[in-house]
Amino acid sequence: MAIFPPQNRLWWKEPLSGIEITWIGVAFVWGLVMFGTMVGWHFVGKQNLSNETYRINPNAFGEKVEAMVERYQVREEGDTGIPVVHPAPGTDIYMLGRLWEWYPVLELEKDQKYRLHLSSMDWQHGFSLQPQNINLQVHPGYEMVLTITPDKSGEYAVVCNEFCGIGHHTMVGKIHVIDNK
Amino acid sequence: MAVDTQAPSRGFIGASYRTCPETGLKVCSQAEALIKVNAVVAVVFLAVGGFFGLMVALTRWPAVHLLPADWFYLLLTAHGADVLLFWVIFFEVAVLYFASAIILNCRLAAPKFAWLAFVLMVVGAVLANVAVLQGESSVMFTSYVPMQAAPHFYLGLIVFAVGTLIAVFCFFGTLVIAKEEGSYEGSVPLVTFGAITAAIIAVFTIASGAIILIPTFLWSIGYISHIDPLMYKVIWWGMGHASQQINVSAQVAIWYAVAAMLLGAKPLSEKVSRMAFLMYILFLQLASAHHLLVEPGVSSEWKIFNTSYALYLAVLGSMIHGMSIPGAMEAAQRRNGFNNGIFEWLRKAPWSNPAFSGTMLSIVIFGFLGGISGVVMGTEQLNLIMHNTLYVPGHFHATVVGGTTLAFMAVSYLLVPLIFRKEIMFKKIAQWQPYVFGAGVAGISLFMMGAGTLGVARRHWDMGFSDAAMSFDYPATAFLMMGLNGIAALCAALGGLMYVLVIVCSVFFGKARTPESIAAFPTLPKTGGAATVTTYGSEAHPKLPGTVVLVSVFFVAFVLYYYVNWKYLSEVWPLS
Amino acid sequence: MSDQNTGSGGAPEERVPAMQRLLDNPFLLLFMGVATPAALYLLWGVMELSQIPLAP
Ligand code: HEM
Ligand SMILES: [Cu+2]
Ligand SMILES: [Cu+2]
Repeated sequence: MAIFPPQNRLWWKEPLSGIEITWIGVAFVWGLVMFGTMVGWHFVGKQNLSNETYRINPNAFGEKVEAMVERYQVREEGDTGIPVVHPAPGTDIYMLGRLWEWYPVLELEKDQKYRLHLSSMDWQHGFSLQPQNINLQVHPGYEMVLTITPDKSGEYAVVCNEFCGIGHHTMVGKIHVIDNK
Repeated sequence: MAVDTQAPSRGFIGASYRTCPETGLKVCSQAEALIKVNAVVAVVFLAVGGFFGLMVALTRWPAVHLLPADWFYLLLTAHGADVLLFWVIFFEVAVLYFASAIILNCRLAAPKFAWLAFVLMVVGAVLANVAVLQGESSVMFTSYVPMQAAPHFYLGLIVFAVGTLIAVFCFFGTLVIAKEEGSYEGSVPLVTFGAITAAIIAVFTIASGAIILIPTFLWSIGYISHIDPLMYKVIWWGMGHASQQINVSAQVAIWYAVAAMLLGAKPLSEKVSRMAFLMYILFLQLASAHHLLVEPGVSSEWKIFNTSYALYLAVLGSMIHGMSIPGAMEAAQRRNGFNNGIFEWLRKAPWSNPAFSGTMLSIVIFGFLGGISGVVMGTEQLNLIMHNTLYVPGHFHATVVGGTTLAFMAVSYLLVPLIFRKEIMFKKIAQWQPYVFGAGVAGISLFMMGAGTLGVARRHWDMGFSDAAMSFDYPATAFLMMGLNGIAALCAALGGLMYVLVIVCSVFFGKARTPESIAAFPTLPKTGGAATVTTYGSEAHPKLPGTVVLVSVFFVAFVLYYYVNWKYLSEVWPLS
Repeated sequence: MSDQNTGSGGAPEERVPAMQRLLDNPFLLLFMGVATPAALYLLWGVMELSQIPLAP
């Protein structure tokens, strides 16, 4: 009876039943397996986050983004006025979040590696790449760097999935992935 | 007027007691009064917060889209705060007083401070609600900086936390008194041990909250110029997630308590169950890292170690409880004579008693939906395909609503006759309530998880992006999910309403329990219940084929679902 | 609050095992339950954040 003190003062010495021992063993081993899966994926899996992060002043990050836009802009996205950039494969690419847009639109080549830098100019934003469903948190003052390899071509949306004020639900960006020319 | 079999008697230091006619426990009148007020206020916040939840869900139903955007974000903030913080914690304070003063047969320590705690908690909760409803604090209850709320929003949370801390100290004080006055022998009962676990986690929770909310408050009134957003998040979740672990501990303690009171269930082994709680005490709180798995700036080592609760030792604890509680029920039922086949003990359990059905549904929803999805989402890499999608609220509505809230509802059906000493009114409604609420909650959990798997963002007013410069279409299934979610939300809200109706009416207008009604409808059944147990402590080694089947099904579901998600992950763009 | 005695009434001759004494001592548990996450989660986490380098 769990609502009364155990009558056997030395309950610690009571032996366990077989089913308990078995279940504890199964659960413990399963825990180790899950832990090992997580560690092992860093060695054999293809989807891992890098640990590369820098502190950065939002304006300094903004300048890096502008530099990329100036160098690689190819057109504007529809009638939105937002530049589309087509950076050289293998280079550093940048995307910034601010109230309430992702800037700029990126055009990437399929199966090429890029070093993607993410940061925010103001509040936190959520980088949610759809329909891939890759989700990353974007902080002001921190520059997160990771290597991405888009392996399917198509048009992808970047939805903001961290609440960022009243325009949050209008914050959508784009990434185009095109087959190599 | 309540009728006692014995007039209230005075203890030797002036505390007054009555003797419970149903359990024979000595009930400290201060503790009793405090349990009542905390529980009543809790239910008020559940009613208010639950209503906000329904409004939110109806807005997320694309065909209904009830509220305008500003009201949606406002009520979502209020919903999170009112149910997750205020409903749950007020009720937990009641549980702490019950598990200490009542179960240990002793007076409550420092009742004046306990009343002060109550007043502070009410003031804090009201202040935070005022701030949110004024409209300048629609920041979600997580209030991530640098987005800023009005100062009295943070102040309200701080005052509430101070009150809670005082209440927790009254709990610890009561333990000391019980020990010194020798009101029990040997070790505390297992349920009290579970409450100790909850209280310990509460101390860590509140400490983390103080470390981060006080500077944030000073920042909001201009004394501090900058709060680092990452630092905020690490420490805030030391509070935000650890507080969920208070819920888990309290709810597991309640599972044991209800199983004991209704079926006479004894833990299979005191040692194993207490070690499982120790795993909670040591490691459960590390899981705060679940919220930082796709964050810049913290290393994979930190993420993996913490998110796995140190090699999944706290999951081990939960899996132990998950076997030990059904096991204890099965053993007790077999002792009570339901010994045919594998599942007679389960079929012939008191399913029409809402305290029992609520507890069982709580165990099932928490374990199968909440527990499995939580471990999956809390896996470092798998979090990438779920973070901040609706999968997250889907998961925690299974834990904190299907698990904790339903367990608290279930135990309310025992508290009303035992502590308020009132008859439960509307017995038929009460009987159906856990099923209606449980079905609705299972629905909203599953449908939100489904929509999240398809990528739909949480805390988002418009999944159609109609005002956005660039557009995106979620798959049609996602819209369907959110429609079904709205329907399930109506069902959950109905179940919540039934609960509030039954409890509020019984407490305020119910007939007092009389010796005759106690004899006719004992809260603790005379046959097959606590009354049949002659010795307390661990169950002698029984055979438990039903439990073996149940945990095997659980384990297979867990393993399959876990690896299905790795498969999903392996299909997205390579990242490194 | 310390728990060295083996229970008030009719103390059994046998000593209470150390693990059980730990589980019977809420304040020791409180200390361990606060210190463990404070060190492994909070301190470790804050240390990592404070070591993030400036952008090149
Ligand atoms: C009638 C019952 C309820 C319904 C229909 C409901 C529905 C919802 C919905 C639709 C969301 C919004 C998801 C989003 O857009 O991000 C939500 C958020 C939430 N709910 Fe509930 N809920 C209910 C009860 C509860 C209860 C009892 C609790 C806690 C004990 C709870 C805790 C939360 C929390 C913490 C959030 C997150 C708020 C945020 O993102 O800031 N809910 N709920
Ligand atoms: Cu945003
Ligand atoms: Cu946003």
